Amino acid sequence: MSKLLRTYEEINQKIKEGKAVVVTAEEVIDLVESKGVEKAAQEVDVVTTGTFGVMCSSGAFLNIGHTKPRMKINEAYLNGVLAYAGLAAVDLFVGATQVAKDDPLNKVHPGEFKYGGGHVIQDLVAGKDVLLEAFAYGTDCYPRKKLTTWINLRDLNQAYLFNPRNAYQNYNVAVNLSDRTIYTYMGMLLPNLDSAGFSSAGQLSPLLNDPLYRVIGVGTKIFLGGGTGYIAWEGTQHTPTVERTSRGVPKAGAGTLAVIGDLKGMSADWLWGVSVRGYGCSLAVGLGVPIPILDEETMYYCSVKDEDILAPIVDYSSAYPNGTGEILGYVDYRTLREGSILVQDKKVPTSSMSSYRRAREVATLLKEWICKGEFLLTEPVLKLPGIESGLQFRNLPERPVNNNFLTGGR
Amino acid sequence: MTVSQKVVLRFPSEVADKPVVCELALQFGLKFNILQASISAHREGVMVLEMLGDKSQQEKALSFLRDKGLEIESLSQDIRKVEERCIHCGACVGVCPTQALYLEKPSFLVKYEESKCIACELCISSCFTGAMEALI
Repeated sequence: MSKLLRTYEEINQKIKEGKAVVVTAEEVIDLVESKGVEKAAQEVDVVTTGTFGVMCSSGAFLNIGHTKPRMKINEAYLNGVLAYAGLAAVDLFVGATQVAKDDPLNKVHPGEFKYGGGHVIQDLVAGKDVLLEAFAYGTDCYPRKKLTTWINLRDLNQAYLFNPRNAYQNYNVAVNLSDRTIYTYMGMLLPNLDSAGFSSAGQLSPLLNDPLYRVIGVGTKIFLGGGTGYIAWEGTQHTPTVERTSRGVPKAGAGTLAVIGDLKGMSADWLWGVSVRGYGCSLAVGLGVPIPILDEETMYYCSVKDEDILAPIVDYSSAYPNGTGEILGYVDYRTLREGSILVQDKKVPTSSMSSYRRAREVATLLKEWICKGEFLLTEPVLKLPGIESGLQFRNLPERPVNNNFLTGGR
Repeated sequence: MTVSQKVVLRFPSEVADKPVVCELALQFGLKFNILQASISAHREGVMVLEMLGDKSQQEKALSFLRDKGLEIESLSQDIRKVEERCIHCGACVGVCPTQALYLEKPSFLVKYEESKCIACELCISSCFTGAMEALI
């Protein structure tokens, strides 16, 4: 680690005094270009990052409060969307990709998936009443068997977002080599390489500004869904060991974050239920992480530009669904944002699945909060697993099961 | 003067099975390009048409079609962007064949230029938040 320039305590003291120098991950690029890393690191206390995009593996825990007589909910629906009730009596978990129970799914392909868990979360945060239908088998201590009521976020005991995997550090560029339109979580992809989908805030993205997880860790306070939250753990599928460029930037989906935060302080503008044609429902999440400039190295990594970040181009008609790992090439985010890329000598128009505009707004909002003294930084209590952990992305090793062990599932 | 004009034609059921559109070429010397056509369960038809040719001939052709009982609307009203539902991701941008939807730089806002729209509706299929609507 290069020479320590400032501590968390010193940064927070400056924030409280309204004297902290804060720039966004976009603004810092020009600053480093004109002044150099050393000078920029001396001047700037905090760099704010941001991203806003569809993030599967999101959901919310809700404690709805006890009924009279009491009820141990066995099965629950929120606006017709199944919520997991196998936790306790009145604790529920609603997952972003759960589709409403009467949805026709992909029976007529591509399905529209108009309403799901992501929409329930957005409606709750918007302060709308949500219909709860719950069923139980009844016990001596929890006799009630059926419940139909409206619930509202303001009346819930606890409601917190817990997203097991957000803020993917880099991601695939999806294309379609087949001769029919395909409908994927990377959007609708036109046949014969007629469109490409990508999804990263690139130079604004939290983990691409701290590629080796030097400062972002468990316990880091963040912007989450328009409110505040914390990094709870490494995200699921966190894979620090992917191939990297000379400046340490991963060349594929790598690190991820599990995050938590109080739904009651969040906003429907930053948690958006989405319907992905032919794929399903999910939640678009606004997330931003402040990076304390502790030393010059931290500043060097924050000065990453879209042209420094490479993403792998993957065919979603065959290579992705079959898990072959085949890559058609690499392309940088500056080129992706210019509107078209070259794949197999063909000019392919690009679509972004995550909003660069709103990623910038997240970083700007977070900067404003810090400048106004409303948001202090926290020092991580645990590092995220880095390259040294050797953590790999593993596929499931399926094993044959003897019929004697089958439990009656489908 | 040759101009291009996109229109939405609505055929009531009593006209839907008659050869009408071909008269644009035969009687009025216009070229046309059918961008979209469908006939509903009650046999009413909707067609999105691009007419190419002399402006005054186009006006005569449209009044001919009206006399035949067709309703005519200009196309630009028919695909609408609902601003409050747009999250400016850009999922629609790469699939829009005419760049009617584009990312404005440096704001990175998704903008919609109605006059370039050919009502292919790919934006409706690609939008995650229901921000694009067809009013046909």
